[in-house]
Amino acid sequence: MHLSSFVEMVESGFDDRALLGDQNPRLTGTDFGFLVRLGATQVHNKYASVIYIGENHPLLPVALFAAAWAGVPFVPINYRLEDRQLRSLIERYPNSLVLTDLSTAARLESLSPLIFDEWLRELSNIDLEDVGPIEPAENDDDVAVVLFTSGTTSEPKSALLRHRHLMAYLLGSVEFGSADDSEAVLVSVPPYHVAGIANMLSNLFSGRRLVYLTSFSAQEWLSKVAEEKVTHAMVVPTMLARIVEELDGEVMATSTLRTLSYGGAKVSERVIRQALQAFPNTGFVNAYGLTETASTIAVLGPEDHREALSSDDPMIQRRLSSVGQVLPMIEIEIRNEHEQLVAAGESGLIYLRGEQVSGEYAGVNLLDSDGWFCTRDQGSIDEDGYLYIEGRVDDTIIRGGENIAPAEIEEVLLAQPGVAEACVVGLPDDEWGQRIVAVVVQQGGHILEPNDLQDAVRKVLRGSKTPEEIMVRDSLPHTETGKMLRRVVQSELLARKGGTTT
Amino acid sequence: MILKPGARLISAVCTAELMTVKAPKTELEVTIGGVATISSAAARDASAAIVAGHDGGTLMGKRYVDEADTIELLCTKAGTGAVAVNGELLQLKEAKALPASD
Repeated sequence: MHLSSFVEMVESGFDDRALLGDQNPRLTGTDFGFLVRLGATQVHNKYASVIYIGENHPLLPVALFAAAWAGVPFVPINYRLEDRQLRSLIERYPNSLVLTDLSTAARLESLSPLIFDEWLRELSNIDLEDVGPIEPAENDDDVAVVLFTSGTTSEPKSALLRHRHLMAYLLGSVEFGSADDSEAVLVSVPPYHVAGIANMLSNLFSGRRLVYLTSFSAQEWLSKVAEEKVTHAMVVPTMLARIVEELDGEVMATSTLRTLSYGGAKVSERVIRQALQAFPNTGFVNAYGLTETASTIAVLGPEDHREALSSDDPMIQRRLSSVGQVLPMIEIEIRNEHEQLVAAGESGLIYLRGEQVSGEYAGVNLLDSDGWFCTRDQGSIDEDGYLYIEGRVDDTIIRGGENIAPAEIEEVLLAQPGVAEACVVGLPDDEWGQRIVAVVVQQGGHILEPNDLQDAVRKVLRGSKTPEEIMVRDSLPHTETGKMLRRVVQSELLARKGGTTT
Repeated sequence: MILKPGARLISAVCTAELMTVKAPKTELEVTIGGVATISSAAARDASAAIVAGHDGGTLMGKRYVDEADTIELLCTKAGTGAVAVNGELLQLKEAKALPASD
């Protein structure tokens, strides 16, 4: 199916339901469909794609669906990139309609971008009958959305999501119209991230009103939840940590929030426990997915969270650090380095297959002949089907021939009192091939002693997994969605005097 | 008619509307409430009645499939008529409810 059919479904199912726009006037399904059709007339046969560079906007779905209706890809780009990089990404998509917000427009003057608000105003002056409505595009093998990978080590790659991938995800995981008309979702994930796109699509599909936070701060997020009586929200781990910090022990027992989902990066178990206490009547959902899988492929649901929190059984408690079970329409395999399946509980490389799995970049499809996609994420599945993510295989430390996942050591460090963040990397070592170095960030009011931390790791893991060196720092670098920039930490450490121990 | 994914089906006799998710590439006769579907709600005849045996109703957001699982229709607007293809009433497809993950 094509996203243009999605527009028609919205028009049919939610014709008089307010779906978009925080303030009045709110747009109903009928209004939305009309704007999309208008937008499509301005794109069709004129542009090869629609680029959006800016903060979140309450009517952002209009840009995505107008592009879809007109049969061209929607290409959201990170407005925080530096000018040079921004231009080079735009140049990859020549002849595009470039929509921006006010502050980005000033930076891109020579490319004559259109400010999104102005474009919307222009649309409202068009008479659809005058310009002639266009037929909806219907080839679901066309590219619907292009997302750039963060490109921390190389040039960003364009991940391609076709209409069939996105619709497979929606049809497989969301019941159309399942939200009642009092529900509202707060979207705070940026539009150039797969979670921002999935957030928009799956909530519209369920008929839930979209409330946008233009840019995130914990205080604004909390007041928007209260103001707009928000029932659902999705955040990345850094946001969750900030919200918990902002609440500072306050319990939101009467929050309107029914569901709070989080994902996009590894989250510390301590933050989750604090969040569960801060929102005792909210259902928590941990979602795991990749850009290349058109978002979520595994979820840890609300019952799992509460059960893990209250259980005495360590096997059940442990599930709080899992990403739950894979969605019914997804197949998963954990394979070793010889591509053989491993037993339950053993770690290996995560392979995925399913209709939503794109596994494709511009010019290269990474699916094998049987349709399997190697995520390059390392993980394991326990006997009950819970999936544990151990990090990128490319981050694996090989010390004395032993493969060591940094996440395993980081988890132990994060469980120690006073450790706010931890990053474990391997550095070249003459004797061991690689040696383990950890950088930790201490929480306010704590003074961390590297020796104590080393002892703690040695107690839980083994001597061979104990960092040879632990450094205490004020902060660690992250992407905006909370993924730790391990490579940056590693290269900073390497840049120290020849990479040797100071 | 030959249905394509994305094709809309509108009842001539009740409020039901459906979207084609999956369909075989063969000639099909689709009815809602026992009467052939139409392409626009404006063409609905308010005086027309639902045929006996076709009054099971269609529910918002639910999927309807045939026995052989060759066709799948998704209800985007509920109605009192039931959907049938080539005379066979479609069955409600049971789906496991998943937590809202995003």
